Amino acid sequence: MSANEYHPSLIRGLWALTVRELKKWLKDPVMVLMLVLQPLIWMGLLGKSMNIGAMFTSGNLSNISIPDIKIPGNYLIPPVNTNETIPGPLISQMLQQMFSNIGTKVMENTFGVADYFSYMAVGMISMIVMTTTMFSGMSIVWDRRLGFLDKVLSTPVPRGAIIFSKVLNATLRAMFQATIILALAYILGLQLSSTFTLLNLLGIYAAIFLLGVGLSSIFIAFSLRSTRMERPMQIISLIMMPLMFASNTFFPIDLMPDWMKVIAHVNPLTYETEAIRQLTILPLDASALITDFTYLSIFATVLAAIGIVLSWRYLTK
Amino acid sequence: MSDDVIKAEGLTKVFNKSLVAVDHVDFSVKDGEIFGFLGPNGAGKTTTINMLITVLKPTEGTASVLGYDINKQANEVRKVIGVVPQEYTADEDLTGYENIILCADLYGIPRDIAKKRALELLELVELTNFKDKRVETYSGGMRRRLELACGLVNRPKVLFLDEPTLGLDVQTRTATWNYIRRLKKEYGMTLFMTTHYLEEADALCDRIAIIDHGKIIVTGTPSELKEGLGGDIITIGIKENADVSEIIRGVKNVKEVKNEDGVYRIKAEAGEVTAPLIIEALRKKGYTVTKLSLTEPTLDEVYLEYTGKAMRDTEESKETFRAQRITLRRARGG
Repeated sequence: MSANEYHPSLIRGLWALTVRELKKWLKDPVMVLMLVLQPLIWMGLLGKSMNIGAMFTSGNLSNISIPDIKIPGNYLIPPVNTNETIPGPLISQMLQQMFSNIGTKVMENTFGVADYFSYMAVGMISMIVMTTTMFSGMSIVWDRRLGFLDKVLSTPVPRGAIIFSKVLNATLRAMFQATIILALAYILGLQLSSTFTLLNLLGIYAAIFLLGVGLSSIFIAFSLRSTRMERPMQIISLIMMPLMFASNTFFPIDLMPDWMKVIAHVNPLTYETEAIRQLTILPLDASALITDFTYLSIFATVLAAIGIVLSWRYLTK
Repeated sequence: MSDDVIKAEGLTKVFNKSLVAVDHVDFSVKDGEIFGFLGPNGAGKTTTINMLITVLKPTEGTASVLGYDINKQANEVRKVIGVVPQEYTADEDLTGYENIILCADLYGIPRDIAKKRALELLELVELTNFKDKRVETYSGGMRRRLELACGLVNRPKVLFLDEPTLGLDVQTRTATWNYIRRLKKEYGMTLFMTTHYLEEADALCDRIAIIDHGKIIVTGTPSELKEGLGGDIITIGIKENADVSEIIRGVKNVKEVKNEDGVYRIKAEAGEVTAPLIIEALRKKGYTVTKLSLTEPTLDEVYLEYTGKAMRDTEESKETFRAQRITLRRARGG
């Protein structure tokens, strides 16, 4: 029997290694539950507590007291001899009405939609994609420490399959979580725009895929090459918050100070979030969507190239 | 191509440009034998094995496995070898069966063959009843057997075993040795193993290389090495209160005599023949032998002789230490 009867292939190896991770993942019900709970908690607490829309509703002006206003008759057209009185409560009521109308406009001009929850729920998708793919590097650290990586390296499986399986796995997880967030957000009151169709879901997955591939490639390479296991964790916690806040995840870029705008405009999270908003809650603007996808594609290609080359070098050292 | 299944020439690995882990090592492994690398932790055993299984690239020198160069034909080497690593690498969240199928996939073994072979291997290592149980629930011995099964999934011609019984208790260790012997017989493989257990090298290996500080100090069969020490130890006690060292020295084959308070420690070749001669010589001079014991040297003494010390504990990298601790914990079935 010759060794040539076997044909180790990239696809076969990639599939086997990816299935391994997915199985590991699904066999741990607590982990799956956590993955669902985490975004639910974030969205439920943060999204619902930061009820910015409510600040601009009539109810928020209900306790203003306006005295009756007397207008001297000679100011009126035509002038009369007596003074006219406008009752305070009437003014108050009208102001509240105007405030509410203006408030809705302010919300729409700021966030593109009248309710903040829809706005931030989409941002939450980006956040979850970011954290999931960044932390994906940790599993290869474990594989290395437990000797699994060396064992796989001693088999004729193409080295690329090892790296791609990690990237693919991270991206698939991110997609899974994004689906759950989107479904939960919808249940909790996310308002889809009239341009939304089920086909848009494909676009959403494409955006997540691009960001996921880019981020996970670079973090897998980084985790693989760092000698101390703690290092990737430290880096992730250091850059996660800045990336999140210096983007349109929670707040529009237009209102940010100029220096922050610069960061937000190179932050891939911005484009990811923008693309998904276009595909869900906003009336679809094709040109904006093209910009977003162009940027995300470039980002994914460049980072994946760097990450895969670095990992490859490490694995074939 | 010669008969040598593995041939290493000047194999060297230097880490970080300064730490010489393996230092110009030459050796050859013959077809069908069990060749053992014996040495303390940090001697360079695992580094050597990692170079042979193409996980590490040598800094200098090369080796061939079944005629394939480990530098230039790494992928060919990978196809024909099996590896049983020091660590428990089977995925804890998968079942034993799933783990073997995963290994088979990495070799690109067709699914139908892989399924049949997985069952066959599980049968061989007596894990059939546990094949659908998660590896998490396995004991140390079971995990080790599963590793063996995984290492055999591609029907390798050469099997590499790195510390095959690390952390196992004595009973499980002996059982594991039996499995290794059986598997070797079943598949007619050549085995290359590392160990720091002397009795393991003695029990399993046809030939041993003692390695320390990255260099091979001596190579030979276990009995050659033991004989190389200058033979057996005969201990004798006599009834009379007198020094008989000179008489004993006069006996054929005796090499060294030490009188330790009336008890004579004698180093001699072919102890089982020499001992009666000593008794005879003493009786002729009118002395009565009251005590006699004969010990064959163990690898312990060989080891001590060549490395100048008993098992040395060396400083190891944090990562290795952690990995080993995890292995030990799993071995104990935790």
